[in-house]
Amino acid sequence: MNHEQIKKVFLETCPKSIDFIALRFIKNKAKYCSVKNSFPHSNSLVTDKGIQVEVLHGGQFSYAATHDISPHGIKSAIKRAILLNEQSLKWNLFPFSLRTRPKFEKAQKESSSKSLGKETTLGEINDVLSLACGVMKKETAVIHSEGHGSLRNIETYHITSNGDEDLNTRGLLDFSLKAIAQSNNDIQTRTWGNTLQLGSSFFQKELFKKEASRIAKEAIDLANAPECPSEAMDVILLPDQMILQIHESIGHPLELDRILGDERNYAGLSFIKKENFGQYQYGSPKLNITFDPTVETEAASYTLDDTGVKASKEFIIKEGKLLRGLGSLESQERSRLKGVACSRMSSWNRPPIDRMANLNLEPGETSFESMVSNMKRGVIMATNKSWSIDDYRNKFQFGCEYAQLVEDGRPTKIVKNPNYRGITTPFWHKLKEVGNQKSREIFGTPYCGKGEPNQAIEVGHASPACLFENVEVFGGA
Amino acid sequence: MENYFKKETFYNIGQDLFKGLEKGEDLTIALSGEETTYIRFNGAKVRQALNVVQGDLIMTLNSKNRTSSLRVGFADGKDQNSFESNLKSLKEALKELRAETSTLPEDPYLVPTENHGQYEREHEGSLPSASQLMEDILGPNQGIDLVGVYSGGRLLRANLNSKGQKQWFSTINFLVDFSLYDSAQNAVKEQYGGSHWDQKSFLQQIKLAKKQLELMAKPKVKVPRGHYKTYFGPAAVHEILGMMSWGAVSGSSWKKGESALGLLANEEKKLSPQFSLQENFELGLCPPFNERGEISKEKLSIITNGRLETFLINSKTAQEYNLEANGAGQYEGLRSPSILPGNLKEEDILKNIGTGLYLSNLHYLNWSDQRGGRMTGMTRFACFWVENGEMVAPIEDLRFDESLYRFFGENLIDLTQFTETFPEPGSYHRKGIGGSKVPGMIVKDFAFTL
Repeated sequence: MNHEQIKKVFLETCPKSIDFIALRFIKNKAKYCSVKNSFPHSNSLVTDKGIQVEVLHGGQFSYAATHDISPHGIKSAIKRAILLNEQSLKWNLFPFSLRTRPKFEKAQKESSSKSLGKETTLGEINDVLSLACGVMKKETAVIHSEGHGSLRNIETYHITSNGDEDLNTRGLLDFSLKAIAQSNNDIQTRTWGNTLQLGSSFFQKELFKKEASRIAKEAIDLANAPECPSEAMDVILLPDQMILQIHESIGHPLELDRILGDERNYAGLSFIKKENFGQYQYGSPKLNITFDPTVETEAASYTLDDTGVKASKEFIIKEGKLLRGLGSLESQERSRLKGVACSRMSSWNRPPIDRMANLNLEPGETSFESMVSNMKRGVIMATNKSWSIDDYRNKFQFGCEYAQLVEDGRPTKIVKNPNYRGITTPFWHKLKEVGNQKSREIFGTPYCGKGEPNQAIEVGHASPACLFENVEVFGGA
Repeated sequence: MENYFKKETFYNIGQDLFKGLEKGEDLTIALSGEETTYIRFNGAKVRQALNVVQGDLIMTLNSKNRTSSLRVGFADGKDQNSFESNLKSLKEALKELRAETSTLPEDPYLVPTENHGQYEREHEGSLPSASQLMEDILGPNQGIDLVGVYSGGRLLRANLNSKGQKQWFSTINFLVDFSLYDSAQNAVKEQYGGSHWDQKSFLQQIKLAKKQLELMAKPKVKVPRGHYKTYFGPAAVHEILGMMSWGAVSGSSWKKGESALGLLANEEKKLSPQFSLQENFELGLCPPFNERGEISKEKLSIITNGRLETFLINSKTAQEYNLEANGAGQYEGLRSPSILPGNLKEEDILKNIGTGLYLSNLHYLNWSDQRGGRMTGMTRFACFWVENGEMVAPIEDLRFDESLYRFFGENLIDLTQFTETFPEPGSYHRKGIGGSKVPGMIVKDFAFTL
């Protein structure tokens, strides 16, 4: 069925007596390619179409979702969503108003995302990854190489019973390379990867060869390196570790649905309380965090969220002070707090919930070189490999792939298995220097998980390198 | 429940697709279907309710030493011509898959399509209407801070291939995955699952959870970092076991040099003779066949009395590294694991701890040194400080960082005589299937670091 046919069935079926009904028709077309030691490992395509019907009636939300894209399928989904609404009305958690589903505010500009290039085949992606694996395997100490690349094109057609209509398309690129090297008695891994709103033109042979060569050499360096020392010292986190630090210890604790307790059985609660917004000093005055869905290539950029609310850049933390939460209009109505346009769903088969989308640490003034040269003794850590944090988002322990000691202002030994631990707010108060625009990089992941039923969704984080004072650092087993 | 996934339709569509194959082609079709109702609640009130009809049909084409697969949505709707329209779109999808497969180079480790046999099991169940479920789950618990999710309905896994293989597993089941909170945000966590809803059993579980929550009312004790004798309840052991599927038991992970059990395989480290782990499909929580239709042994020993018997090896890994496959799935993770029980009686747990920690649950585990077998994570929910065999008070959350070679090895004192079964609660993309059966365990000198 095309959009017009779906719209006709939807509008003919929606009972006028129901306060609000929306239909979201999502087409997900994707290619996934993975290569192991230069040979094809797994290759797959996805052509998935599904419909979600959302009913808001009597202040209660209910949903039905189906793969059956036929007139009967649509009618049945509307009927099932209304029935669930009738059944759950008696047990209403909060009387949501129609203000949580306002008229769509159309964007000023078209989505900046790019769609999947039709001309790109699995074979072409395979060729680039295979070539990169070949470069890694040239190093005799590399015992294993692999690469992964995927391209997704997600089209969302959104109509509502109050006459709104929107069509949004975005393209998502995800890739990674991995080199595993062995030397003496140790084996170490180094990776390169990202998730961005980019198209197939990113798969450039020269770029992948260059990065393959770098990670292969770094994996070998790590396999020959001593353990990271265990001591309290200054730490510079590079952007590909900062994204994890921001995600786990700022993003999740500031989700309003967590603070409201929806996630207590699964992802957890938060150490932040409603009364903290507008008051709480989350970190040092160098800390500036924005929710920014407008960054062109970042993974979770969009013009409207999945409930049709226009997305805009907002300061979440300014000069260390907590200003607003990551919460949809539903959470804003429940909590009476300021939020952002972050109501998102992983696909047609899950309801929209509060997600952090793009959450960025704004650049400062300090050059990376001066951060290093002013350091007496410390360590530079890169690329996340291990993450764990408690259900209130306080006590964390993170590990990185790669680290280099800094002694008397100069980078010296490479060290392996670098880990560090801390507690969220004291840690962010240790933020001493924020790198300038030059050291800022954009990263993303498709695997941010939360919600019951569970939802994994893409998020983006941009950050410069950052310097933290006096952190508890340690090495491997 | 409307039946969107009829066996005959699936089989007939498969046969029609096989007829259209070209010379030298083989096709496997796997279907994961569900008709699930989710009721998400907070404060014993409904936050969101959802009904999902979802069928993920994956076609895998082997052609001229090349292979790739395609996933497409599938539901056998009631519209006239539903069969024809499904068949038409699947034929178009197969055409696309054929075209894409031809762009790939030959795969020297291609797994040939084989007939792994016939399998059919249809487990029935009885679930009340959503309306009745809300009455049963929420009605008796008004005024109580009950939070979590009910999920229930019909699940199926099926496959066919052009060599004549035909397998079908369907089940009707449910799970209430819930926590009870008190006003100070102390909490206990429980699961109630099965195939036949019984409100009395559910209320009994709530009663036990409330009793445990009462123990949490005392002020929390701050336990300093250090090494403590520690009891892990079955739910906590289940969390640790989950890490085994993440780069430990996988044959591919072992051959790449990444496995946390690599030191055991190389006999550089030992585990306790009290520790035995197996895949146990006799639990009936999931089918014994994988995506290719390869059928695992009903019981597959992975570790017996501390000795490694085998990794989980799928047929792709077997081809790549010249190993013998043992029916493992695509990701070589545990689907229905059991840890064998020990000798510790439930009534002796506190006495055996003496002074130390009683942990009912753990949270957010990850490897802090995967190759070294060291993992980190947090305590969560009902966890207590124990002194002289008596529970003193709940604890403030603690972070641990400890090697499996110590807690499943030299420091493992005993496992409990009783075990608990945990149905898989995960629902990323689709409702999970499978689960685990594990005892509790008591360990000396366990490291807490923050």
